[in-house]
Amino acid sequence: MIAVIDYNMGNICSLGNALGRLGAEWVLTADHDVIRNADRVILPGVGNAAEAMANLQRLQLPELIWKLRRPVLGICVGMQVMCRHSEEGDAECMGIFDAKVKRFPAVPGIKVPHMGWSRISNLESKLFKGIEKGSYVYFVHSYYAPLCPDTIATSRHPEMYSAALKYENFYGTQFHPEKSGDVGERIIRNFLEI
Amino acid sequence: MPAKRIIPCLDVKNGRTVKGINFEGLADVGDPVELGARYAKEGADELVYLDISASKEERATFTDLVRRIAQRINIPFTVGGGISSVEDAARLLDAGADKITVNSAAVANPQLITDIAARYGRQFVVVAIDARQIDGEWRVTTHGGSRLTDRELFSWAKEVEERGAGEIMFTSMDHDGTRSGYPCDTFARLCDSLSIPVIASGGAGSVADIAEVLDAGHADAALAASIFHYGEITIDALKQQLTEKGIEVRR
Repeated sequence: MIAVIDYNMGNICSLGNALGRLGAEWVLTADHDVIRNADRVILPGVGNAAEAMANLQRLQLPELIWKLRRPVLGICVGMQVMCRHSEEGDAECMGIFDAKVKRFPAVPGIKVPHMGWSRISNLESKLFKGIEKGSYVYFVHSYYAPLCPDTIATSRHPEMYSAALKYENFYGTQFHPEKSGDVGERIIRNFLEI
Repeated sequence: MPAKRIIPCLDVKNGRTVKGINFEGLADVGDPVELGARYAKEGADELVYLDISASKEERATFTDLVRRIAQRINIPFTVGGGISSVEDAARLLDAGADKITVNSAAVANPQLITDIAARYGRQFVVVAIDARQIDGEWRVTTHGGSRLTDRELFSWAKEVEERGAGEIMFTSMDHDGTRSGYPCDTFARLCDSLSIPVIASGGAGSVADIAEVLDAGHADAALAASIFHYGEITIDALKQQLTEKGIEVRR
C-alpha cells in the first residue's frame, strides 16, 4: 500500500490517476499508523512552502516522516519542504536533504515560474533506471534547490540546479513525474520497485 | 529555457470533439479522450480542451469528460469555456484539470484572476486574450471576437500578469481561422514585456508559421487545432521540422 500524505496542499488528482494507471493501490491519508506501515510514502505538494510546512507541523508529521525507513518520495513543494530551509515564506523545513531552497533570480529573458518541459541530466539513482540522460520532464516552480551532495539529477534554468535529491531512503523530485508522460510514469514505477 | 511547447486544442461539445472552420459548420473529429491520448502519444506537450457547449446540462457532461481525460492522459491539460467563478474553476480542478483558462469573464471581472490564483496558485490560471487591430491599436475583444472592449492588449496583458496569471494565451482575431500566420512583431513585443509564458494561438497554416512565432515571435508555446485534426501534419513530424530549424522541442 502506498500512503499519499494528505496535508491540504493542492490537488492530488493527477498523482492518484498516475498511480491508478500503474495499477498501484494507494490511499490519501494523514493517519500516523497508516503512514508508518505503508510500503511507500509520497509527499505531494502544490503551493507555498511555508504553508506546507505549517500544515505538516499541525499534523505532527515531520518527526514521523524523519523516522520512516521505507522509500519516501517528495514531489515539487513536497521535495522542497524536505530540504533544510526555503526562501518562500522564510520557512525552516524538515532538513532531510542538505539544501536551502531559493527563488529563481529575475534575469531578462528567463521566465519565472519555470514552467514546461526541461531536460534532466547527471542521473545517479535507481529512480532513473531506464531513463536516458537528457530526457524531458515537466516542471512548474519558482523556487529551486541548488546543487548539493544529495543531488541525483540536474536541470538548468538557466543555471544548473537539483532536479532530484536523495538521502538514504528519501527521494525528492522538483519536476512532476505524474505529468511527465511515459518518462514520468517510468520514474514512478522505478520508485515503487526500489 | 524549457523546450518550446506544441499544444493541440480540442473544442468539445456534448462530449465530442469539434472544430469550427471559419466559425461555421462544425465537423466532428472524434472522441476527446481518444484524440487527446493519440496526440500525447505523438508528442504533444500539453492539451487544451475548450467546452463550447451552450447549456448547463452540457457543462455537467464536460466535467465528467475532464475526469476521464485526467484518468487517461499523462501530460498536463488545460480546460476552458464558460468559467466565470471560482466555483467553476474548483469543479474542474477537482475533476483533475491541471490548468483552467478564462477569457471573457476575466475581462468583465478581473478580480476573478486574482481570486483563482490566490486560491489555487499561479500555475493553474491561463488567461486567454483575444484582440484585433483598430486604427493601429490592439484592442481586446470578448465573446469570440464579437465584442470590442476599451482595453488595450499590452496594458491588459500586464494587468493579467500582475493579478496572478501563470500564462497568457494570445489570439489575434485578425488572423484566427485565416491560416495566414501570426503577427510576429506583436507577439515578440508582448512576450518581451511579460515574465510569464505566452502561448500563440490562432493563425497557424503551416510549419513555417509555427516556427516563426516560436522563434521571431518569442512565443513559449504554439496552440493549434485544424492542422492536427485533419491530419495535415502529425505532431512528431512538426517537431522533427522545428528541430531541423534549430528550435528546441521535446522529442
